[in-house]
Amino acid sequence: MIFSRLLSGDLPRSRVLAVVLVAILAGLLLTPFAFPGAKALNVAAKICVFIVLVASFDLLLGYTGIVSFAHTMFFGIGAYGVAIALNRMGPSWSAVALGVVVALLLSLVLSLLIGLFSLRVKAMFYAMITLAVATAFQTFASQLSEFTGGEDGLTFKAPELLSPGFSLSEHPFLGVSLDGRLIAFYLLVAVTLVLFLLMLRIVNSPFGRVLQAIRENAFRAEALGYQTVVYRTCSNVLSAVFATLAGALLALWLRYNGPDTSLSFEIMIDILLMVVIGGMGTLYGSVVGATLFIIVQNYLQDLMKLASEGMSRVPLLRDLLHPDRWLLWLGILFVLSVYRFPTGIVGKLRTKARGNT
Amino acid sequence: MTFALETQQLTIRFGGHVAVDAVSCAFAPGTLTAIVGPNGAGKTTYFNLISGQLKATTGRVFLHGEDISGCSAPQRSRRGIGRAFQLTNLFPNLTVLENIRLAVQSRAGVGLNLWSVWSHHRELIGRAEEVLETVALTAKRDLAAAALPHGDQRKLEVAILMALEPDVFMFDEPTAGMSVDEVPVILDLIRALKARRDKTILLVEHKMDVVRELADRIIVLHNGALVADGEPAEVIASPIVQEAYLGIEVAK
Repeated sequence: MIFSRLLSGDLPRSRVLAVVLVAILAGLLLTPFAFPGAKALNVAAKICVFIVLVASFDLLLGYTGIVSFAHTMFFGIGAYGVAIALNRMGPSWSAVALGVVVALLLSLVLSLLIGLFSLRVKAMFYAMITLAVATAFQTFASQLSEFTGGEDGLTFKAPELLSPGFSLSEHPFLGVSLDGRLIAFYLLVAVTLVLFLLMLRIVNSPFGRVLQAIRENAFRAEALGYQTVVYRTCSNVLSAVFATLAGALLALWLRYNGPDTSLSFEIMIDILLMVVIGGMGTLYGSVVGATLFIIVQNYLQDLMKLASEGMSRVPLLRDLLHPDRWLLWLGILFVLSVYRFPTGIVGKLRTKARGNT
Repeated sequence: MTFALETQQLTIRFGGHVAVDAVSCAFAPGTLTAIVGPNGAGKTTYFNLISGQLKATTGRVFLHGEDISGCSAPQRSRRGIGRAFQLTNLFPNLTVLENIRLAVQSRAGVGLNLWSVWSHHRELIGRAEEVLETVALTAKRDLAAAALPHGDQRKLEVAILMALEPDVFMFDEPTAGMSVDEVPVILDLIRALKARRDKTILLVEHKMDVVRELADRIIVLHNGALVADGEPAEVIASPIVQEAYLGIEVAK
């Protein structure tokens, strides 16, 4: 079946999950028409970028069992690659290509070095090393302000085809103007879909199966003849490469990049939360986790504002529901979800589906 | 004749303790050698030195006459030394079939293939299913390894080694903790393996009746040193074995 081939034989294995995934895809595709306004489009674009980013992190954490805190570094390299190239060379596709290629090469070399030098050590030390490298890189990026724009970041123009000024047709289609933003959005969705299916392919290859074996029991994997350091390093490099591509997509969409949008440690925490909420080691979990998290992140405050206004006479509740407290509620939601669904949403849905049959 | 496997003065020290003490021993191809000795005699450590999980302090290991002392565990495995562990050592959250398939896949050398889909490698799955059949676990193929009862986990442990198809098979108490009616499955497998006469088998086993029936030769380890080596009947009858280690077994 063509569908199964596209998904590399790794079907959702739960009817509810299949429906959710189709709904997410349909929702993303229809966003420009169904949810008017710049905010909805921005949220949908961010979901796409984070699906790629979180899935690439799952490759490392969920499939190979490696805890790394350097993932935003590779995300940042991709974003800065595109930003610096477009900022210096002006808006052209060759600048995009150059930025992406240079960023990919840098990520490749860095992840290879980190992998070869430090994947032999214990998991805990590896996490610490990546944390140190990522922090150093962040400082480095903001210090090199001549290239990176420092704390202010870089603003730049996207290639003509993707800029808001470009127009496919004078007449709006179904009430939506066919401009460069729309093209950029659909390009983003298409690239996200391709990258996700590519990662799904990788985790379902014989190589992907070895990664899972290493996560489960590295000692036995070695006894079976698998050189774990080679596999771990490959996983590290692949994960970095996909994160870099996600970063490039983000920069191209925002036409801006700075330390807070792609390098900050907060994003690292967000990625961790998304992969855990969605379900580690499932890849579909990254789709569900990223979508849910970003929607909550963007709309919980609006919802709380409404609730807080409704409760304006109740002193304590009013304060608790104040939009500034949204992180508190997100925290509570996170604790509850980890407590209730230790295997993530996808893990839970699959267990349920297995129980029913 | 080149020996399938040979150790020369193989020694490992942990601090002041000598766990394996200058063991020199050669194993002819197609033979089954049983390694006996009391607990703590260094049998498992000797195995670890051969299969590469531990690095020897001094001494060498040869496989088909080639010095493999510098090789890592994965390299030795790929060169043909296969190992089943005394303490069950599986991939707990992967299915029974997948545990075996990973061994078949290693043997086929497609581990670094990123592009093909694992389930399209029908021949690998077919081979894994064959092995599964030999240990009577076909009905449980889709269960997670961790969900199996102890006896089945032991069978799976042995099945993984079978699927690896090495030249040298090392079994470390393969029937330990199995119920009486499960033991014959494992022993039949080892018997069939021995009957092929093309594989070299090393077996650590405490059950003396099993050793007597299966072994072409017995070596005895005591405090890390090789203290007896010879025909099963001869070794079992030797005073050192009778008195020091097998007294209880013989009396039973």
